[in-house]
Amino acid sequence: MATALKKEHKAERPARGGVVTFVEAIRQGIWEEMERDERVFVIGEDVGVYGGAFKVTDGLIDYFGPERVIDTPISEAAIVGAACGAALMGMRPVAEFQFIDFISCGFDMLTNFAAKCRYRWGAGIPAVFRGPCGAGVHAGPFHSQNVESFFMNTPGLKMVEPSNPYDAKGLIKAAIRDPDPVLFFEHKKLYRLPRLRQEIPEEDYIVEIGRARVAREGHDLSIITFGAQVLTALDAAEELEREGLDIEVIDLRTLLPLDKETILASVRKTNRALILHEAPRTGGIGGEIAGLIAEEAFEWLDAPVVRLGAIDTPVPYSPPLEEYHLPQVKDVVDAARRLAAY
Amino acid sequence: MGESIAEGTITRWLKKVGEHVERDEPLFEISTDKVDAEIPAPAAGTLTEVRFKEGDTVAVGTVVAIIDGDGASAPAPQETKQEAPAAATVTEAKSASTLAPPPPAQSQSDGSGQQATAEAPPPAPQPTEPPPTPAPPTKPKEAQPTAAKPIAEQTVEELRRTRSSPLVRKIAREHGIDLAQIEGTGMSGRVTKNDILSFIESGGAAAQKAALQPTPAPVAPPPSVSEPTHAPAVQPAEGDRVEQMSVMRKKIAEHMILSKRTSAHVTTVYEIDMTRVARLREQHKRSFLERHGTKLTFMPFIFQAVISAIRRYPIFNAQVSGDQIIYKRDINLGMAVALDWGLIVPVIKRADELSIAGLAKVANDLAERARTKQLKPDEVQGGTFTITNPGVFGGLFGTPIINQPQVAILGVGVIEKRPKVMTNEEGDDYIAIRTMSYFALSFDHRIIDGADAERFLGHIKQVLEAGQFTI
Repeated sequence: MATALKKEHKAERPARGGVVTFVEAIRQGIWEEMERDERVFVIGEDVGVYGGAFKVTDGLIDYFGPERVIDTPISEAAIVGAACGAALMGMRPVAEFQFIDFISCGFDMLTNFAAKCRYRWGAGIPAVFRGPCGAGVHAGPFHSQNVESFFMNTPGLKMVEPSNPYDAKGLIKAAIRDPDPVLFFEHKKLYRLPRLRQEIPEEDYIVEIGRARVAREGHDLSIITFGAQVLTALDAAEELEREGLDIEVIDLRTLLPLDKETILASVRKTNRALILHEAPRTGGIGGEIAGLIAEEAFEWLDAPVVRLGAIDTPVPYSPPLEEYHLPQVKDVVDAARRLAAY
Repeated sequence: MGESIAEGTITRWLKKVGEHVERDEPLFEISTDKVDAEIPAPAAGTLTEVRFKEGDTVAVGTVVAIIDGDGASAPAPQETKQEAPAAATVTEAKSASTLAPPPPAQSQSDGSGQQATAEAPPPAPQPTEPPPTPAPPTKPKEAQPTAAKPIAEQTVEELRRTRSSPLVRKIAREHGIDLAQIEGTGMSGRVTKNDILSFIESGGAAAQKAALQPTPAPVAPPPSVSEPTHAPAVQPAEGDRVEQMSVMRKKIAEHMILSKRTSAHVTTVYEIDMTRVARLREQHKRSFLERHGTKLTFMPFIFQAVISAIRRYPIFNAQVSGDQIIYKRDINLGMAVALDWGLIVPVIKRADELSIAGLAKVANDLAERARTKQLKPDEVQGGTFTITNPGVFGGLFGTPIINQPQVAILGVGVIEKRPKVMTNEEGDDYIAIRTMSYFALSFDHRIIDGADAERFLGHIKQVLEAGQFTI
């Protein structure tokens, strides 16, 4: 690896900070961490020459060379296994799934090895497993899923899903520096969403894993959500504001471990909780959050906890069906209205 | 029975464990938000277990005692399923003994056990009432069943109304508030957080909301809005006697404060010449007693004068709800009855439909039953105007506190002979001995102006002084 650093840089590095899209923010984060720490490397399908299916790693191979930006065969199991092995040997791999749906191919190694390595052998796996998740881009059932609840029940893993460029950069950097395996979900709809363009600091910063964010302050009702649904929630909140409803939106940012304090503080304030996620409702992360609220904020509840997710079907390919499948602003507005009127 | 009744305090056990009790025989006395009452035994048998002692406050639906029935024929009513099989509410138990044999599922119990449940507050025993049809389980007629029904049997709508939410229940508990007295704006009329907070915070406005509820007499006041930061606690000095307030006392206290905070009280006083009414009463006293079996007092005349004035000035029969005024259709006159242990205001329903004799009979009956704790909850609810009579003790006049959610109360001072300057037809002044009384009207200046009150009381004066009554 030391040799890789000595290779001549062929490409210009991107600016630090500035006004960036979501995808640029992630790229900046990885870039900076690779500069900062020579143990950091990228591995995945088409992450090198092609720059990644969504161009997250675009330019990295030219700058850092093919030994730090490694293209692999189409085998997620191999990617996870290689990353785990490298991590055990002291490296800091950033492994990419072309679509997060295929993380299931590496499921055994993630849950039975990466997640348990520190517990069982006292050896952490400081690896980041990242990839594009989410629907709404007409990518059909195999390229649209949200997989957080597959891993929710696996102690030893951390899970992160940012909703804006600032958090994305801060969290990817924090994930890379984390001594344990972090699953990093990037909602593909956000990558180049113009409304998300945001000025981020030039200086090095991280967003601490395990900390949610109050995306919008309110007093009547808490919408607890993350990822692309933060935008849905904010849009709904804006619409509801015109009706006199003062909505608080909690952006979880980290899904595992959940930021209990922020969730509970919000519910204790507003006394009404609407949990919104894009994965199907049944068995979704919403159930875990609802359980947490019921257990620890019961006496503060003025209404039943409501979960809003996708309907319990695979993500349809047909655009109108996909729209029907996913929670829309209108659904959130309706649910919030009902909950507020309870 | 009575949606707002959630609990009652057992004030006295009238039977001891081991004693035999007849069906409908008074078993214990209970003090609730609404009334104090004797609870009749739901069935005959031996009192085998008393689960709560005097002074204990128990929730409605709680089994407080077990009566071992006289043989296996004792029926097991089908109420309170989560309780022991033979559990019964008192009201149902009235008909229990006439019910069909116990359902099969219940025959495995000791078969003869009959549990009396604190169904508060029960009606007076009505042994002459024909037994209701056995199935399905009878419900108390006048009841709003929600409070009495076990949670498992309540509909979602009822539960929303009665149980609201964990948060609201917690707030209600902390502030000693009865949710049934708050008008809910949530789903199914549920009391929301905002409802209860504005009830607590905005005193007056809150009381108005509460006023909409069928709130009876001072003894059955709207919720207690006891602020945590009330008056400073007083430390008893050595030798002082400390006594716990009774339920009734606490409720009266809360209601009085609530009323003072809700209404803009103004009192106006008229002196009324009752000589003609007194004469009328003197003339008919004896024959009235013979014909109707009850005494003819001044009150029926005063009631009729008030009814006449209410018909003319219906604002005195109104209630305030937010920024609306609700004119009540019925004229239900509350009459304050002083008790050795407090005060209660039974209500003469649709008093305007009653004659002098009818008013006398109903009023005397209510007063009598108030003193013997036999009022039904329904009989202390729904008043639209209240008359209090401090004159019976000799008081000239007072400034009565309005019985919420009403907007006026009339206090009748002592009726006595006084020297009065009169003028005869020739225009000569003379002093005469007349039967006089001061009438003090407290009214809610929020919706009633002084001139209205003068006209109202003036009309009463006119009617009483004219003395044109049909007996």
